[in-house]
Amino acid sequence: MRAFLDMGGYAAFVWPAYAVTFAVVVLNVVWARRALARARASARRRLSARSEGP
Amino acid sequence: MNAGTSAAGTLPAAHAAGTAAPAAASAAAASALEAAWLALLRDVQLAFRRRAQLVQPLAFFALVTMLFPLAISPELTQLRAVAPGVLWVAELLASLLALEFLFRDDAHDGTLEQYALSGQSLTWLMFAKTAAHWLLTGVPLALMAPLAALSLGVPVTALPGILLAVIVGSVTLSLIGSIGAALTLGLKRSGALLSLLTVPLSLPVLIFGARATQLAINGAPLLAPLELLAALAVLAVTLAPLAASAAVRISLE
Amino acid sequence: MSWTWFHRLASPPYVYAFAARLTPWFAWPAALCILGGLWGGLVLAPPDYQQGDGFRILYVHAPSAWMSLMVYTTMAIAAAVGLIWRIKVAHAVAASCAPIGASFTFAALVTGALWGEPMWGTYWEWDPRLTSELVLLFLYLGYMGLRAGIEDTQRADRASAVLAVVGVVNVPIIHYSVVWWNSLHQAPSVMRLAKPTMPPSMLVPLLLMLLGFTLYFVAVLLVRLRGEVLGRERTASWIREVVSA
Repeated sequence: MRAFLDMGGYAAFVWPAYAVTFAVVVLNVVWARRALARARASARRRLSARSEGP
Repeated sequence: MNAGTSAAGTLPAAHAAGTAAPAAASAAAASALEAAWLALLRDVQLAFRRRAQLVQPLAFFALVTMLFPLAISPELTQLRAVAPGVLWVAELLASLLALEFLFRDDAHDGTLEQYALSGQSLTWLMFAKTAAHWLLTGVPLALMAPLAALSLGVPVTALPGILLAVIVGSVTLSLIGSIGAALTLGLKRSGALLSLLTVPLSLPVLIFGARATQLAINGAPLLAPLELLAALAVLAVTLAPLAASAAVRISLE
Repeated sequence: MSWTWFHRLASPPYVYAFAARLTPWFAWPAALCILGGLWGGLVLAPPDYQQGDGFRILYVHAPSAWMSLMVYTTMAIAAAVGLIWRIKVAHAVAASCAPIGASFTFAALVTGALWGEPMWGTYWEWDPRLTSELVLLFLYLGYMGLRAGIEDTQRADRASAVLAVVGVVNVPIIHYSVVWWNSLHQAPSVMRLAKPTMPPSMLVPLLLMLLGFTLYFVAVLLVRLRGEVLGRERTASWIREVVSA
């Protein structure tokens, strides 16, 4: 296990690289879902504004 | 609106000439060229009425060139080493600045809309406007390059090669710039955005141009990068006016 | 030939529903492939002859670089389709691609720089691939900047579409000029993403990662697409049912 984490001495490069990539992977999922939620919320608002209109 | 429309007023006449002979495609083409020529003349005429504006990109170019000796070192040997880079970066930045003049006035007074609605080929009109812009800003900037080069310790023998490279490169820069200017038409604070759009597309010109300049300084033949610069210019002349006219229509919608 | 499938794909309500149904079919296989690739790349693959375990960065750098280019191409194609046939859904696809592609270009640059230390002994090298990635990042930023700068959605869609098409034509030119520039200065080494004789134990995880990331891209795209499609339909009746559900 130690040897695995150590990555033959390159741990300081390999693990940050993986961390950054997976941060981007997770970020994209979160971002996309938030964007969809925001679009739905604003669509709901537009519709209710319309139905409450004159 | 009246000051600059004397030439634009003849566009409808040219248009009428085009529609009068619908079967003759050559007549339409001739009128497109005519319209383009008129547009070019108009732009040059108008620019000469505000000559002071034309000096600004040149002053900026000189200013940027001056920054490097002050920031790096007064030693000519050191400056000669960075001269290709300095010249082309200054050239690129100054041409970005000059792009502001390309569409600004015409968009403001509605002439651009007239062009789009005139029924004449907007692609040819875009080519004409860009050509005028290049004559008014690109060529003067290119003529300044040898002077700037001298100030950076470049040998006199290199100057013809440098002038040639910058003239050819400036054609492409103007054409690429016209696309960016057309896309950002009328947007507020579009300067930074225009640079962000135009600079990455202009990188090949920078790379080949700087290389040509370096070879000229070394006294070596610079045919290879010059040919690449020329190829880029040909590509730009063929494709950029199309993209610019599409962009103008989109911006005016 | 029936064109109904084409028309359906251009229909916002259909796309909104269809994308939702389709997403798990890409998300789960993506997760499986990526996990498999990670296991194969980090554990099973033997250390490299020259770089030892440092080469394992390949398994995140290569997919990121692949994503950056593949997404840009997808974006440009979608933009072109939207421009030529005036299909709003196509513009929505292009808009959805941009943030995904830009973030993975960033990841490619960071992982490339981190790989630089074991590879060349320095964090940054102006090698052709990394430099081209950097330019690609600017192309994405320009695209997103133009979209953000134009308020009217239709004008933003069409203007950024022109930019994307102009950009995609330029990418090979820019890449060629960067390679040419780099070769003049005899760069110490060229980053080789995959040696020609890569043993299967190294190659298979790489392919798994590439496949996994591609599937992942489609899944994320589908989620974003739904939001973009919704935003482009002002108050169409189908929204009412879908949003209050």
